[in-house]
Amino acid sequence: MLVGIRTRDLRKIYTSAPPLASGGGFAFSTARGKGNKPPKPQIAALDGLSLEVSPGEIFGLLGPNGAGKSTTVGILTTRTRPTGGQAWIGEHDVWKDQVAVKRLIGVVAQRPNLDFSLTAREILLFHGAYFGLDSRERADRAEALLDRFKLRDRSDQMARGFSGGMMQRLSIARAMMHDPQILFLDEPSAGLDPQTRLLLWEIIREYNQRGKTILLTTHNMEEADALCQRLAIIDHGRMIALGTPGDLKASVPGGFLLRLRFGHHSPELLLRLQTLAGVTEVRPNHNNSADVYADRGGSLISEIANLASGASVELCDVHISEPSLENLFLHHTGRSLRE
Amino acid sequence: MNWKTFLALLARDVHGARRNFVPLLLQTFLQPMMFVFIFGRVMVSSGYMPAAYKSLLLPGIMAISMVFTGVWAVAMPLIAEFQFTREIEDRLLAPIEIYWLAIEKVVFGAMQALLAGLVVIPSAWLLLRPGVELNMRSPLGFVSVTLLVALFSACGGLALGCSINQTHIGLMFSMVLTPMIFFGCAYYPWSALNHFPILQKIVLVNPLVYASEGLRGTLVPQFPHLSMPVVLIALTFFDALLLTAGLRQFHRKAVS
Repeated sequence: MLVGIRTRDLRKIYTSAPPLASGGGFAFSTARGKGNKPPKPQIAALDGLSLEVSPGEIFGLLGPNGAGKSTTVGILTTRTRPTGGQAWIGEHDVWKDQVAVKRLIGVVAQRPNLDFSLTAREILLFHGAYFGLDSRERADRAEALLDRFKLRDRSDQMARGFSGGMMQRLSIARAMMHDPQILFLDEPSAGLDPQTRLLLWEIIREYNQRGKTILLTTHNMEEADALCQRLAIIDHGRMIALGTPGDLKASVPGGFLLRLRFGHHSPELLLRLQTLAGVTEVRPNHNNSADVYADRGGSLISEIANLASGASVELCDVHISEPSLENLFLHHTGRSLRE
Repeated sequence: MNWKTFLALLARDVHGARRNFVPLLLQTFLQPMMFVFIFGRVMVSSGYMPAAYKSLLLPGIMAISMVFTGVWAVAMPLIAEFQFTREIEDRLLAPIEIYWLAIEKVVFGAMQALLAGLVVIPSAWLLLRPGVELNMRSPLGFVSVTLLVALFSACGGLALGCSINQTHIGLMFSMVLTPMIFFGCAYYPWSALNHFPILQKIVLVNPLVYASEGLRGTLVPQFPHLSMPVVLIALTFFDALLLTAGLRQFHRKAVS
Protein backbone atom coordinates (compact mmCIF):
# COMPACT_ATOMS: atom_id res chain seq x y z
CA MET A 1 0.00 0.00 0.00
CA LEU A 2 1.47 3.32 -1.04
CA VAL A 3 0.30 6.41 0.77
CA GLY A 4 0.85 10.03 -0.16
CA ILE A 5 0.39 13.38 1.56
CA ARG A 6 -1.65 16.35 0.41
CA THR A 7 -2.37 19.74 1.91
CA ARG A 8 -4.53 22.53 0.60
CA ASP A 9 -4.09 26.14 1.60
CA LEU A 10 -2.88 25.22 5.07
CA ARG A 11 -2.80 28.10 7.51
CA LYS A 12 -1.76 28.25 11.14
CA ILE A 13 -1.84 31.29 13.33
CA TYR A 14 -0.54 30.98 16.87
CA THR A 15 -2.11 33.35 19.37
CA SER A 16 0.34 32.25 22.03
CA ALA A 17 3.84 30.87 21.74
CA PRO A 18 3.96 27.42 20.13
CA PRO A 19 3.94 24.75 22.84
CA LEU A 20 7.61 23.93 22.75
CA ALA A 21 8.57 27.51 23.32
CA SER A 22 5.94 28.34 25.94
CA GLY A 23 7.12 29.34 29.37
CA GLY A 24 5.65 28.94 32.84
CA GLY A 25 2.36 30.15 34.25
CA PHE A 26 -1.08 28.89 35.13
CA ALA A 27 -2.88 27.74 32.03
CA PHE A 28 -6.14 28.82 33.70
CA SER A 29 -5.05 32.44 33.56
CA THR A 30 -4.41 32.34 29.83
CA ALA A 31 -7.57 30.47 29.00
CA ARG A 32 -9.77 33.51 28.53
CA GLY A 33 -8.80 37.10 27.94
CA LYS A 34 -10.84 39.84 29.61
CA GLY A 35 -12.29 42.57 27.42
CA ASN A 36 -9.79 45.27 28.36
CA LYS A 37 -6.66 43.18 27.91
CA PRO A 38 -4.39 44.04 24.99
CA PRO A 39 -4.98 41.70 22.03
CA LYS A 40 -2.78 38.64 21.93
CA PRO A 41 0.09 38.78 19.45
CA GLN A 42 -0.62 36.69 16.40
CA ILE A 43 2.13 34.71 14.77
CA ALA A 44 1.39 33.32 11.32
CA ALA A 45 3.41 30.12 11.09
CA LEU A 46 1.78 28.90 7.89
CA ASP A 47 0.27 31.15 5.29
CA GLY A 48 -1.57 29.08 2.72
CA LEU A 49 0.71 26.12 2.11
CA SER A 50 -0.40 23.61 -0.53
CA LEU A 51 1.72 20.51 -1.00
CA GLU A 52 1.44 17.21 -2.75
CA VAL A 53 3.83 14.43 -1.80
CA SER A 54 3.59 11.39 -4.04
CA PRO A 55 3.37 7.93 -2.52
CA GLY A 56 6.81 6.35 -2.17
CA GLU A 57 8.68 9.63 -2.48
CA ILE A 58 11.35 11.17 -0.25
CA PHE A 59 10.17 14.74 -0.02
CA GLY A 60 12.05 17.51 1.73
CA LEU A 61 10.85 20.72 3.30
CA LEU A 62 13.76 23.09 3.28
CA GLY A 63 13.75 26.42 5.03
CA PRO A 64 15.32 28.46 7.79
CA ASN A 65 14.24 28.26 11.44
CA GLY A 66 10.71 29.55 11.87
CA ALA A 67 9.77 28.98 8.22
CA GLY A 68 6.84 26.75 9.18
CA LYS A 69 8.42 23.34 8.62
CA SER A 70 7.68 21.92 12.07
CA THR A 71 4.18 23.40 12.06
CA THR A 72 3.51 21.62 8.76
CA VAL A 73 4.72 18.35 10.27
CA GLY A 74 2.67 19.08 13.43
CA ILE A 75 -0.53 19.48 11.40
CA LEU A 76 0.14 16.42 9.23
CA THR A 77 0.75 14.29 12.31
CA THR A 78 -2.44 15.37 14.18
CA ARG A 79 -0.45 17.25 16.81
CA THR A 80 -1.32 20.77 15.67
CA ARG A 81 -4.75 22.07 14.77
CA PRO A 82 -4.71 24.08 11.53
CA THR A 83 -6.32 27.51 11.60
CA GLY A 84 -7.43 27.01 8.00
CA GLY A 85 -7.07 24.68 5.04
CA GLN A 86 -7.03 20.91 4.89
CA ALA A 87 -4.53 18.09 5.05
CA TRP A 88 -4.81 14.47 3.98
CA ILE A 89 -2.73 11.39 4.62
CA GLY A 90 -3.76 8.99 1.86
CA GLU A 91 -7.54 9.35 1.75
CA HIS A 92 -7.87 10.39 5.37
CA ASP A 93 -8.52 13.95 6.44
CA VAL A 94 -5.89 14.43 9.13
CA TRP A 95 -8.01 16.44 11.53
CA LYS A 96 -11.23 14.43 11.15
CA ASP A 97 -9.82 10.93 10.96
CA GLN A 98 -6.99 11.09 13.46
CA VAL A 99 -6.84 7.46 14.57
CA ALA A 100 -6.64 6.13 11.01
CA VAL A 101 -3.95 8.69 10.23
CA LYS A 102 -1.94 7.81 13.31
CA ARG A 103 -1.85 4.17 12.21
CA LEU A 104 -0.24 5.17 8.90
CA ILE A 105 2.45 7.49 10.19
CA GLY A 106 5.66 7.32 12.17
CA VAL A 107 6.99 10.56 13.58
CA VAL A 108 10.44 11.68 14.65
CA ALA A 109 10.17 15.03 16.38
CA GLN A 110 12.77 17.74 16.18
CA ARG A 111 13.84 17.11 19.75
CA PRO A 112 14.02 13.62 21.24
CA ASN A 113 10.82 12.96 23.20
CA LEU A 114 11.66 9.54 24.55
CA ASP A 115 9.83 8.02 27.47
CA PHE A 116 12.35 8.54 30.27
CA SER A 117 10.77 6.02 32.60
CA LEU A 118 11.64 3.15 30.25
CA THR A 119 14.77 1.43 28.92
CA ALA A 120 15.64 1.59 25.23
CA ARG A 121 14.20 -1.85 24.54
CA GLU A 122 11.04 -1.13 26.56
CA ILE A 123 10.51 2.08 24.58
CA LEU A 124 10.37 0.02 21.39
CA LEU A 125 8.30 -2.78 22.95
CA PHE A 126 5.68 -0.47 24.43
CA HIS A 127 5.49 1.53 21.23
CA GLY A 128 4.76 -1.72 19.40
CA ALA A 129 2.14 -2.58 22.01
CA TYR A 130 0.37 0.78 21.51
CA PHE A 131 0.01 -0.23 17.86
CA GLY A 132 -1.41 -3.61 18.77
CA LEU A 133 1.54 -5.79 17.67
CA ASP A 134 1.58 -9.18 19.37
CA SER A 135 4.41 -9.89 21.76
CA ARG A 136 6.45 -12.13 19.43
CA GLU A 137 6.35 -9.61 16.60
CA ARG A 138 7.18 -6.78 19.01
CA ALA A 139 10.23 -8.57 20.34
CA ASP A 140 11.49 -9.51 16.87
CA ARG A 141 11.14 -6.02 15.47
CA ALA A 142 12.69 -4.41 18.55
CA GLU A 143 15.75 -6.67 18.31
CA ALA A 144 16.17 -5.97 14.60
CA LEU A 145 15.92 -2.21 15.11
CA LEU A 146 18.30 -2.21 18.07
CA ASP A 147 20.84 -3.93 15.84
CA ARG A 148 20.21 -1.73 12.82
CA PHE A 149 20.60 1.45 14.86
CA LYS A 150 23.61 0.10 16.78
CA LEU A 151 21.91 0.38 20.15
CA ARG A 152 22.21 -3.20 21.31
CA ASP A 153 24.92 -2.51 23.91
CA ARG A 154 22.73 -0.05 25.75
CA SER A 155 19.35 -1.64 25.09
CA ASP A 156 18.60 -2.37 28.75
CA GLN A 157 19.62 1.03 30.05
CA MET A 158 17.26 3.87 30.80
CA ALA A 159 16.96 6.22 27.83
CA ARG A 160 17.39 9.30 30.03
CA GLY A 161 21.11 8.59 30.31
CA PHE A 162 21.66 8.45 26.55
CA SER A 163 23.69 10.94 24.54
CA GLY A 164 21.87 13.21 22.09
CA GLY A 165 22.89 11.09 19.12
CA MET A 166 21.71 7.86 20.75
CA MET A 167 18.40 9.45 21.68
CA GLN A 168 17.93 10.54 18.11
CA ARG A 169 18.72 7.04 16.78
CA LEU A 170 16.30 5.51 19.28
CA SER A 171 13.60 8.03 18.31
CA ILE A 172 13.92 7.01 14.68
CA ALA A 173 13.94 3.31 15.55
CA ARG A 174 10.78 3.85 17.58
CA ALA A 175 9.05 5.65 14.70
CA MET A 176 9.81 2.65 12.45
CA MET A 177 8.67 0.09 15.04
CA HIS A 178 5.11 -0.24 13.72
CA ASP A 179 6.31 -0.17 10.10
CA PRO A 180 4.38 2.99 9.13
CA GLN A 181 3.60 3.83 5.52
CA ILE A 182 4.78 7.40 5.97
CA LEU A 183 7.72 8.52 8.02
CA PHE A 184 7.98 12.12 9.19
CA LEU A 185 11.45 13.23 10.17
CA ASP A 186 11.75 16.73 11.60
CA GLU A 187 15.40 17.79 11.33
CA PRO A 188 16.56 14.18 11.58
CA SER A 189 20.28 14.74 11.51
CA ALA A 190 20.51 17.85 13.70
CA GLY A 191 23.18 17.19 16.30
CA LEU A 192 24.39 13.92 14.79
CA ASP A 193 28.05 13.23 14.08
CA PRO A 194 28.93 12.70 10.38
CA GLN A 195 29.21 8.94 10.77
CA THR A 196 25.78 8.57 12.36
CA ARG A 197 24.34 10.94 9.78
CA LEU A 198 25.52 8.65 7.00
CA LEU A 199 24.05 5.63 8.80
CA LEU A 200 20.77 7.49 9.12
CA TRP A 201 20.71 8.45 5.44
CA GLU A 202 21.36 4.86 4.50
CA ILE A 203 18.49 3.69 6.72
CA ILE A 204 16.14 6.33 5.30
CA ARG A 205 16.93 5.31 1.71
CA GLU A 206 16.50 1.67 2.59
CA TYR A 207 13.12 2.35 4.19
CA ASN A 208 12.05 4.34 1.14
CA GLN A 209 13.01 1.46 -1.15
CA ARG A 210 10.39 -0.64 0.63
CA GLY A 211 7.77 1.68 -0.86
CA LYS A 212 7.43 4.03 2.09
CA THR A 213 6.82 7.74 1.77
CA ILE A 214 9.21 9.97 3.68
CA LEU A 215 8.76 13.62 4.50
CA LEU A 216 11.72 15.27 6.11
CA THR A 217 12.42 18.81 7.11
CA THR A 218 15.88 20.23 7.15
CA HIS A 219 17.84 23.40 6.89
CA ASN A 220 20.84 21.45 5.78
CA MET A 221 21.30 21.73 2.01
CA GLU A 222 23.64 18.80 1.86
CA GLU A 223 21.03 16.56 3.43
CA ALA A 224 18.26 17.81 1.15
CA ASP A 225 20.50 17.32 -1.85
CA ALA A 226 21.63 13.84 -0.83
CA LEU A 227 18.28 12.40 0.18
CA CYS A 228 15.29 14.13 -1.34
CA GLN A 229 13.74 13.28 -4.65
CA ARG A 230 11.75 16.50 -4.54
CA LEU A 231 12.02 19.57 -2.39
CA ALA A 232 9.80 22.44 -1.35
CA ILE A 233 11.60 25.52 -0.16
CA ILE A 234 9.47 27.39 2.34
CA ASP A 235 9.87 30.68 4.11
CA HIS A 236 7.42 32.62 6.28
CA GLY A 237 4.90 29.82 5.94
CA ARG A 238 4.79 29.99 2.15
CA MET A 239 6.27 27.84 -0.56
CA ILE A 240 8.83 29.75 -2.60
CA ALA A 241 10.12 26.97 -4.85
CA LEU A 242 9.33 23.35 -5.64
CA GLY A 243 11.13 20.74 -7.69
CA THR A 244 13.92 18.18 -7.76
CA PRO A 245 17.18 19.37 -6.18
CA GLY A 246 18.74 19.41 -9.67
CA ASP A 247 15.93 21.47 -11.22
CA LEU A 248 15.95 23.89 -8.33
CA LYS A 249 19.68 24.45 -8.54
CA ALA A 250 19.44 24.93 -12.29
CA SER A 251 16.79 27.58 -11.77
CA VAL A 252 19.22 29.94 -10.08
CA PRO A 253 20.27 32.47 -12.73
CA GLY A 254 23.76 31.59 -13.81
CA GLY A 255 24.23 29.06 -11.09
CA PHE A 256 27.34 30.63 -9.55
CA LEU A 257 27.01 33.27 -6.90
CA LEU A 258 29.77 35.77 -6.18
CA ARG A 259 29.27 37.83 -3.05
CA LEU A 260 31.37 40.97 -3.28
CA ARG A 261 32.11 43.73 -0.80
CA PHE A 262 33.58 47.06 -1.88
CA GLY A 263 35.27 49.93 -0.07
CA HIS A 264 32.40 52.22 -0.91
CA HIS A 265 29.15 52.19 -2.82
CA SER A 266 29.40 52.87 -6.54
CA PRO A 267 26.26 52.45 -8.68
CA GLU A 268 28.34 53.00 -11.77
CA LEU A 269 30.57 50.03 -10.96
CA LEU A 270 27.55 47.83 -10.43
CA LEU A 271 26.25 48.78 -13.85
CA ARG A 272 29.57 47.86 -15.38
CA LEU A 273 29.61 44.51 -13.62
CA GLN A 274 26.35 43.76 -15.37
CA THR A 275 28.11 44.02 -18.73
CA LEU A 276 30.73 41.35 -17.97
CA ALA A 277 30.39 38.18 -20.04
CA GLY A 278 28.50 35.44 -18.18
CA VAL A 279 26.91 37.73 -15.56
CA THR A 280 23.16 37.27 -15.44
CA GLU A 281 22.18 39.43 -12.50
CA VAL A 282 23.71 41.96 -10.14
CA ARG A 283 21.94 42.69 -6.89
CA PRO A 284 23.21 45.52 -4.71
CA ASN A 285 23.09 44.81 -0.98
CA HIS A 286 23.55 46.87 2.12
CA ASN A 287 27.08 47.56 3.46
CA ASN A 288 28.50 48.33 -0.01
CA SER A 289 28.16 44.73 -1.02
CA ALA A 290 26.61 43.10 -4.07
CA ASP A 291 25.55 39.63 -5.19
CA VAL A 292 26.55 38.69 -8.70
CA TYR A 293 24.88 35.69 -10.34
CA ALA A 294 26.92 34.32 -13.20
CA ASP A 295 27.56 31.18 -15.19
CA ARG A 296 31.22 31.07 -14.14
CA GLY A 297 33.04 31.66 -10.88
CA GLY A 298 36.80 32.14 -10.37
CA SER A 299 37.54 33.35 -13.89
CA LEU A 300 35.36 36.43 -13.29
CA ILE A 301 37.37 37.64 -10.33
CA SER A 302 40.24 39.24 -12.25
CA GLU A 303 37.77 41.10 -14.50
CA ILE A 304 35.81 42.30 -11.49
CA ALA A 305 39.03 43.41 -9.78
CA ASN A 306 40.07 45.31 -12.93
CA LEU A 307 36.71 47.05 -13.18
CA ALA A 308 36.87 47.97 -9.50
CA SER A 309 40.35 49.44 -9.69
CA GLY A 310 39.36 51.29 -12.87
CA ALA A 311 36.51 52.87 -10.93
CA SER A 312 38.79 53.56 -7.93
CA VAL A 313 36.73 51.30 -5.72
CA GLU A 314 38.53 48.95 -3.39
CA LEU A 315 37.46 45.29 -3.59
CA CYS A 316 37.44 44.20 0.07
CA ASP A 317 35.95 40.73 0.04
CA VAL A 318 34.97 38.04 -2.46
CA HIS A 319 33.11 34.82 -1.82
CA ILE A 320 32.30 32.38 -4.59
CA SER A 321 29.66 29.68 -4.21
CA GLU A 322 28.92 27.00 -6.73
CA PRO A 323 25.37 26.18 -7.82
CA SER A 324 23.59 25.13 -4.62
CA LEU A 325 20.27 25.16 -2.84
CA GLU A 326 21.72 27.75 -0.51
CA ASN A 327 22.10 30.09 -3.48
CA LEU A 328 18.58 29.29 -4.55
CA PHE A 329 17.24 30.25 -1.16
CA LEU A 330 19.30 33.39 -1.14
CA HIS A 331 18.05 34.25 -4.59
CA HIS A 332 14.41 33.94 -3.57
CA THR A 333 14.53 35.53 -0.13
CA GLY A 334 17.64 37.68 -0.04
CA ARG A 335 18.57 35.85 3.16
CA SER A 336 20.86 32.97 3.89
CA LEU A 337 19.31 29.74 5.16
CA ARG A 338 21.45 29.98 8.24
CA GLU A 339 20.46 33.52 9.17
CA MET B 1 -12.16 2.76 21.14
CA ASN B 2 -9.17 0.53 20.82
CA TRP B 3 -8.75 -1.74 23.85
CA LYS B 4 -5.35 -3.11 22.88
CA THR B 5 -3.89 0.38 22.82
CA PHE B 6 -5.68 1.40 26.00
CA LEU B 7 -4.38 -1.63 27.90
CA ALA B 8 -0.86 -1.09 26.54
CA LEU B 9 -0.95 2.51 27.81
CA LEU B 10 -2.12 1.25 31.19
CA ALA B 11 0.56 -1.45 31.20
CA ARG B 12 3.19 1.19 30.59
CA ASP B 13 2.08 3.20 33.64
CA VAL B 14 1.88 0.09 35.83
CA HIS B 15 5.35 -0.90 34.65
CA GLY B 16 6.71 2.52 35.62
CA ALA B 17 5.00 2.38 39.02
CA ARG B 18 6.39 -1.09 39.69
CA ARG B 19 9.87 0.16 38.96
CA ASN B 20 9.41 2.94 41.53
CA PHE B 21 7.58 0.79 44.04
CA VAL B 22 9.56 1.58 47.19
CA PRO B 23 9.72 5.37 46.80
CA LEU B 24 6.05 5.32 45.88
CA LEU B 25 5.21 3.33 48.99
CA LEU B 26 7.16 5.65 51.27
CA GLN B 27 5.66 8.71 49.64
CA THR B 28 2.15 7.35 50.07
CA PHE B 29 2.29 5.99 53.58
CA LEU B 30 5.00 7.68 55.57
CA GLN B 31 3.13 10.89 56.25
CA PRO B 32 -0.29 9.42 57.07
CA MET B 33 1.26 6.77 59.29
CA MET B 34 3.23 9.36 61.24
CA PHE B 35 0.04 11.34 61.63
CA VAL B 36 -1.80 8.27 62.84
CA PHE B 37 0.97 7.49 65.28
CA ILE B 38 1.22 10.98 66.80
CA PHE B 39 -2.48 11.87 66.96
CA GLY B 40 -3.96 8.40 67.37
CA ARG B 41 -1.34 6.90 69.61
CA VAL B 42 0.80 9.53 71.37
CA MET B 43 -1.94 12.13 71.96
CA VAL B 44 -4.53 9.54 72.98
CA SER B 45 -2.34 7.51 75.32
CA SER B 46 -1.10 10.70 77.00
CA GLY B 47 -4.69 11.74 77.59
CA TYR B 48 -4.77 14.91 75.44
CA MET B 49 -7.22 13.26 73.05
CA PRO B 50 -10.15 11.00 73.95
CA ALA B 51 -9.80 7.33 73.01
CA ALA B 52 -12.69 7.62 70.57
CA TYR B 53 -10.55 9.90 68.41
CA LYS B 54 -8.73 6.83 67.09
CA SER B 55 -11.85 5.59 65.34
CA LEU B 56 -12.79 9.08 64.15
CA LEU B 57 -9.32 9.63 62.67
CA LEU B 58 -9.04 6.46 60.60
CA PRO B 59 -11.54 7.29 57.80
CA GLY B 60 -10.09 10.80 57.53
CA ILE B 61 -6.58 9.44 57.12
CA MET B 62 -7.86 7.01 54.55
CA ALA B 63 -9.50 9.85 52.60
CA ILE B 64 -6.32 11.95 52.69
CA SER B 65 -4.12 9.05 51.60
CA MET B 66 -6.43 8.25 48.71
CA VAL B 67 -6.75 11.82 47.52
CA PHE B 68 -3.07 12.54 47.87
CA THR B 69 -2.09 9.33 46.08
CA GLY B 70 -4.55 9.79 43.23
CA VAL B 71 -3.66 13.43 42.64
CA TRP B 72 0.04 12.67 42.82
CA ALA B 73 -0.16 9.61 40.56
CA VAL B 74 -1.88 11.53 37.78
CA ALA B 75 -0.72 15.13 38.16
CA MET B 76 3.01 14.71 38.67
CA PRO B 77 3.74 12.51 35.62
CA LEU B 78 1.49 14.70 33.46
CA ILE B 79 3.26 17.87 34.54
CA ALA B 80 6.62 16.29 33.75
CA GLU B 81 5.57 14.65 30.49
CA PHE B 82 4.01 17.79 29.02
CA GLN B 83 7.12 19.82 29.83
CA PHE B 84 10.13 20.49 27.68
CA THR B 85 10.90 16.83 26.96
CA ARG B 86 7.34 16.15 25.70
CA GLU B 87 7.68 12.55 26.84
CA ILE B 88 3.98 12.06 26.33
CA GLU B 89 4.23 12.71 22.58
CA ASP B 90 4.73 9.05 21.66
CA ARG B 91 1.53 8.09 23.48
CA LEU B 92 -0.37 10.98 21.90
CA LEU B 93 0.58 9.44 18.55
CA ALA B 94 -0.75 6.02 19.56
CA PRO B 95 -3.72 4.95 17.42
CA ILE B 96 -6.47 5.97 19.82
CA GLU B 97 -8.42 9.21 20.34
CA ILE B 98 -6.31 11.35 22.62
CA TYR B 99 -8.92 11.74 25.34
CA TRP B 100 -8.57 8.00 26.00
CA LEU B 101 -5.01 8.69 27.09
CA ALA B 102 -6.40 11.08 29.72
CA ILE B 103 -8.95 8.49 30.77
CA GLU B 104 -6.22 5.89 31.03
CA LYS B 105 -4.36 8.24 33.37
CA VAL B 106 -7.51 8.56 35.47
CA VAL B 107 -8.02 4.80 35.61
CA PHE B 108 -4.40 4.31 36.63
CA GLY B 109 -4.59 7.04 39.29
CA ALA B 110 -7.86 5.66 40.65
CA MET B 111 -6.32 2.20 40.87
CA GLN B 112 -3.43 3.56 42.87
CA ALA B 113 -5.74 5.59 45.12
CA LEU B 114 -7.87 2.48 45.78
CA LEU B 115 -4.79 0.50 46.67
CA ALA B 116 -3.61 3.26 49.01
CA GLY B 117 -7.02 3.46 50.70
CA LEU B 118 -7.29 -0.26 51.15
CA VAL B 119 -3.80 -0.56 52.61
CA VAL B 120 -4.33 2.35 55.00
CA ILE B 121 -7.17 0.58 56.80
CA PRO B 122 -5.22 -2.44 58.07
CA SER B 123 -1.98 -0.53 58.66
CA ALA B 124 -3.69 2.26 60.62
CA TRP B 125 -5.72 -0.32 62.48
CA LEU B 126 -2.51 -2.17 63.44
CA LEU B 127 -0.87 1.06 64.53
CA LEU B 128 -3.86 2.23 66.58
CA ARG B 129 -5.17 -0.95 68.16
CA PRO B 130 -6.65 -1.57 70.59
CA GLY B 131 -9.59 0.75 70.62
CA VAL B 132 -10.51 1.20 66.93
CA GLU B 133 -14.18 0.45 66.41
CA LEU B 134 -15.00 -0.07 62.76
CA ASN B 135 -18.70 -0.76 62.04
CA MET B 136 -19.14 -1.34 58.36
CA ARG B 137 -22.91 -1.69 58.10
CA SER B 138 -23.24 -1.42 54.35
CA PRO B 139 -20.39 -2.94 52.31
CA LEU B 140 -22.06 -1.67 49.14
CA GLY B 141 -22.08 1.87 50.54
CA PHE B 142 -18.42 1.54 51.46
CA VAL B 143 -17.47 0.25 48.00
CA SER B 144 -19.42 3.04 46.26
CA VAL B 145 -17.88 5.79 48.40
CA THR B 146 -14.38 4.35 48.05
CA LEU B 147 -14.70 4.09 44.26
CA LEU B 148 -16.05 7.62 43.96
CA VAL B 149 -13.26 8.97 46.17
CA ALA B 150 -10.61 7.15 44.11
CA LEU B 151 -12.11 8.54 40.92
CA PHE B 152 -12.35 12.04 42.38
CA SER B 153 -8.68 12.00 43.35
CA ALA B 154 -7.58 10.84 39.89
CA CYS B 155 -9.83 13.33 38.08
CA GLY B 156 -8.52 16.07 40.37
CA GLY B 157 -4.99 14.99 39.45
CA LEU B 158 -5.87 15.24 35.76
CA ALA B 159 -7.36 18.73 36.11
CA LEU B 160 -4.45 19.97 38.23
CA GLY B 161 -1.73 18.23 36.24
CA CYS B 162 -2.93 19.74 32.97
CA SER B 163 -3.40 23.22 34.43
CA ILE B 164 -0.09 23.97 36.05
CA ASN B 165 3.54 23.95 35.05
CA GLN B 166 6.56 22.47 36.75
CA THR B 167 7.47 25.81 38.31
CA HIS B 168 4.17 25.89 40.19
CA ILE B 169 4.20 22.47 41.82
CA GLY B 170 5.07 23.99 45.20
CA LEU B 171 2.19 26.40 44.79
CA MET B 172 -0.15 23.54 43.97
CA PHE B 173 0.68 21.97 47.32
CA SER B 174 0.49 25.10 49.42
CA MET B 175 -2.50 26.70 47.68
CA VAL B 176 -4.61 23.72 46.71
CA LEU B 177 -3.76 20.50 48.52
CA THR B 178 -2.85 21.79 51.98
CA PRO B 179 -5.99 23.95 52.49
CA MET B 180 -8.03 21.13 51.02
CA ILE B 181 -6.66 18.71 53.58
CA PHE B 182 -7.03 21.02 56.59
CA PHE B 183 -10.53 22.16 55.64
CA GLY B 184 -11.49 18.71 54.39
CA CYS B 185 -13.02 17.41 57.65
CA ALA B 186 -10.42 14.63 57.66
CA TYR B 187 -9.21 15.22 61.22
CA TYR B 188 -12.62 16.21 62.61
CA PRO B 189 -16.25 15.61 61.60
CA TRP B 190 -18.10 18.30 59.68
CA SER B 191 -20.36 18.81 62.68
CA ALA B 192 -17.32 19.97 64.67
CA LEU B 193 -17.57 23.19 62.63
CA ASN B 194 -21.01 23.98 64.14
CA HIS B 195 -19.42 26.83 66.08
CA PHE B 196 -18.06 28.34 62.87
CA PRO B 197 -21.26 28.55 60.79
CA ILE B 198 -19.76 30.55 57.91
CA LEU B 199 -16.72 28.31 57.62
CA GLN B 200 -18.99 25.29 57.86
CA LYS B 201 -20.85 26.47 54.75
CA ILE B 202 -17.69 27.45 52.88
CA VAL B 203 -15.95 24.08 53.33
CA LEU B 204 -18.80 22.43 51.46
CA VAL B 205 -17.11 23.46 48.20
CA ASN B 206 -14.20 21.22 49.20
CA PRO B 207 -14.73 17.75 47.76
CA LEU B 208 -12.50 16.18 50.41
CA VAL B 209 -15.26 16.98 52.95
CA TYR B 210 -17.55 14.49 51.22
CA ALA B 211 -14.76 11.95 50.92
CA SER B 212 -13.96 12.11 54.64
CA GLU B 213 -17.57 12.26 55.73
CA GLY B 214 -18.56 9.47 53.34
CA LEU B 215 -15.85 7.12 54.59
CA ARG B 216 -16.73 8.10 58.17
CA GLY B 217 -20.38 7.31 57.46
CA THR B 218 -19.57 3.86 56.10
CA LEU B 219 -16.69 2.84 58.41
CA VAL B 220 -17.56 4.49 61.75
CA PRO B 221 -21.22 5.50 61.50
CA GLN B 222 -21.38 5.91 65.30
CA PHE B 223 -19.88 9.40 64.79
CA PRO B 224 -21.86 12.29 63.33
CA HIS B 225 -21.50 12.53 59.56
CA LEU B 226 -23.21 14.00 56.49
CA SER B 227 -26.06 11.91 55.15
CA MET B 228 -25.02 9.28 52.62
CA PRO B 229 -27.22 10.45 49.70
CA VAL B 230 -25.68 13.92 50.00
CA VAL B 231 -22.20 12.40 50.04
CA LEU B 232 -22.87 10.21 47.01
CA ILE B 233 -24.48 13.00 44.99
CA ALA B 234 -21.72 15.47 45.86
CA LEU B 235 -18.92 13.02 45.04
CA THR B 236 -20.55 12.09 41.73
CA PHE B 237 -20.91 15.78 40.92
CA PHE B 238 -17.25 16.53 41.70
CA ASP B 239 -16.10 13.47 39.74
CA ALA B 240 -18.00 14.63 36.68
CA LEU B 241 -16.91 18.26 37.08
CA LEU B 242 -13.22 17.47 37.51
CA LEU B 243 -13.23 14.89 34.71
CA THR B 244 -14.83 17.37 32.30
CA ALA B 245 -12.43 20.15 33.30
CA GLY B 246 -9.49 17.74 33.22
CA LEU B 247 -10.29 16.42 29.73
CA ARG B 248 -10.66 19.95 28.44
CA GLN B 249 -7.35 21.04 29.90
CA PHE B 250 -5.69 17.86 28.63
CA HIS B 251 -6.83 18.60 25.10
CA ARG B 252 -5.54 22.16 25.34
CA LYS B 253 -2.16 20.88 26.46
CA ALA B 254 -2.00 18.05 23.96
CA VAL B 255 -2.94 19.86 20.75
CA SER B 256 -1.33 23.13 19.81
